[in-house]
Amino acid sequence: MISLKLNKYRRGNRSNVASAFLLIFLFAFGILMVLPLIYAILQSIKPLDELFAFPPRFFVKRPTAENYSVLFDLVADMRVPFSRYLFNSVFITVVATGGCVIIGSMAAYPLAKFKLKVSWLFELVVLTLLFNGTVLALPQYVILSRLHAINTYWVYIIPSLATPLSLFLMKQFMESVPMALIESARIDGAGQFLIFFRIVMPQVKPAWMTLLLFTFQAVWAQQPLNMVFDEPIKLLNMAFTNVIAGGISRVGPSMAAAVVLMFPLLLVFIITQSNVIETMTSSGIKE
Amino acid sequence: MAKQKKVRGRITWRQELKQNGELYVLMSPFFILYFLMTVLPVAVAIGLSFTYYNMLEAPSFIGLQNYVNLFVSDEIFGIALRNTLLFSLITGPLGYILCFILAWLINEFGHSVRVILTLFFYAPSLAGASVYFIWQFIFSGDAHGFINGILMNVGLINEPIQWLTDTKYTFTVLIIVQLWMSLGTGFLSFIAGLQGVDVSLYEAGSIDGVKNRLQEMFYITIPLMKPQLLFGAIMQISASFSVSVLSTQLFGATSTNYSTHTIVLHMNDYGTVRYEMGYACAIAVVLFMMMLIFKTLVNFILRYVAND
Repeated sequence: MISLKLNKYRRGNRSNVASAFLLIFLFAFGILMVLPLIYAILQSIKPLDELFAFPPRFFVKRPTAENYSVLFDLVADMRVPFSRYLFNSVFITVVATGGCVIIGSMAAYPLAKFKLKVSWLFELVVLTLLFNGTVLALPQYVILSRLHAINTYWVYIIPSLATPLSLFLMKQFMESVPMALIESARIDGAGQFLIFFRIVMPQVKPAWMTLLLFTFQAVWAQQPLNMVFDEPIKLLNMAFTNVIAGGISRVGPSMAAAVVLMFPLLLVFIITQSNVIETMTSSGIKE
Repeated sequence: MAKQKKVRGRITWRQELKQNGELYVLMSPFFILYFLMTVLPVAVAIGLSFTYYNMLEAPSFIGLQNYVNLFVSDEIFGIALRNTLLFSLITGPLGYILCFILAWLINEFGHSVRVILTLFFYAPSLAGASVYFIWQFIFSGDAHGFINGILMNVGLINEPIQWLTDTKYTFTVLIIVQLWMSLGTGFLSFIAGLQGVDVSLYEAGSIDGVKNRLQEMFYITIPLMKPQLLFGAIMQISASFSVSVLSTQLFGATSTNYSTHTIVLHMNDYGTVRYEMGYACAIAVVLFMMMLIFKTLVNFILRYVAND
């Protein structure tokens, strides 16, 4: 009797019809979610007459790269060459993302594997997970202006380097690194720096790949308020803002800008994707 | 290994630094920057909230005046407060439940289906913050806007609806776009948490009298996932209280009649436009308090639901 009952409530033992319906529903909902992004991609390759056709069509008949060349012309007309914005964005993103991952991991290792006098700091970090860059932006602005960092590259970088989320994710994941591995390296005479870079970091690759994705996402999207005035140090998305401000008459180039901004995000997600779920397994907050 | 002699019970700082000096060096870059950019801002906001400060002259102490003005004479703050609370109370729980239910449904399927569906659901929050503005064109207030065009073509409306300026619609549009992007970090955490649940527990549960999937969810899954649920809740609160750029990108620097004005926007308005830093910091402090209260509340609810 019991074995029959077990089978009945075993996982995945739902009828095939119900499973198929659920799957169709989930895919339909998933497609609905990505529809605005697909719409942006399709709009970006439509010629002018298709963009303003009535009734509006979702799909494209005669794809063209026209909008992209208009976008680059518009940005090139500004005082600074397009390559400068691109360089700024890539440079800032690489420095801030790389810095955040390394600095966060360095602090996570001691807190995860050793009992220190300052272990309470982690509790503080968990408490401040609540406060993201947006709600802190204003007092950060006061501090950055005191540091004379306004209107320099630093305003993009400093606030992104030490976020509560980075330490939190790395520490939770590093707890699973076997202590025996660290102990044996210490017996062999390795210092903590060497252990960190050569033993711990390779072990927690999924965690820093995930953190890389999250940080990249945040840094790529940032538009600091009133902190940058000089055109040569503005980012790509800030340069595009002027194009987007053109409204519906600039719909083609604006959608092209959206695609240019989306593409690196998708690329990084695909590269890091297989690691994300593994990392997030340890993301819970134990009380 | 150095022997950890605990002669007098506690280790002194000197011993600690001697023994674990390298570890402290490893931690220092993060914590210096963390104090500078997370802890200090909170402290600065609290300190400056009792002053008048315009960034040019030194701050002058004015006691609780900023808070009094905020709650007594600032009507726009009232609107921002109401909007933010309403917005968070709708998008927070709704987004959170959506995250959980979708993660739960996805979990039933095999690896490849899970990967594809995860990408579909996560894509909006992946790209959303960088490309908010595509919604400006979808909801555009003329016949060329996608939604207006479709509705007019079908014959549901005769003239375009001003989605982004008519106060009847702006708040709803804001909620829709925020919900679209709500399957973020918390969602990924839930998927991972569900995969971590030991399947044999469900079998054990069915012997102990768990009759259906709903009971299974409440008696087995949710209690086991409490850590992930708490993390997801924090992410959700943090996201829904900090809505600001989304509103400016969709409705402009100030929305019609402040219909989508939020606390963060009000704070930035006073801080970076009018340079009334003391007042802006008082707004920040109110925001911090609200976020903490909500976190405590959610913590309490989760403890109840996970029947501890």
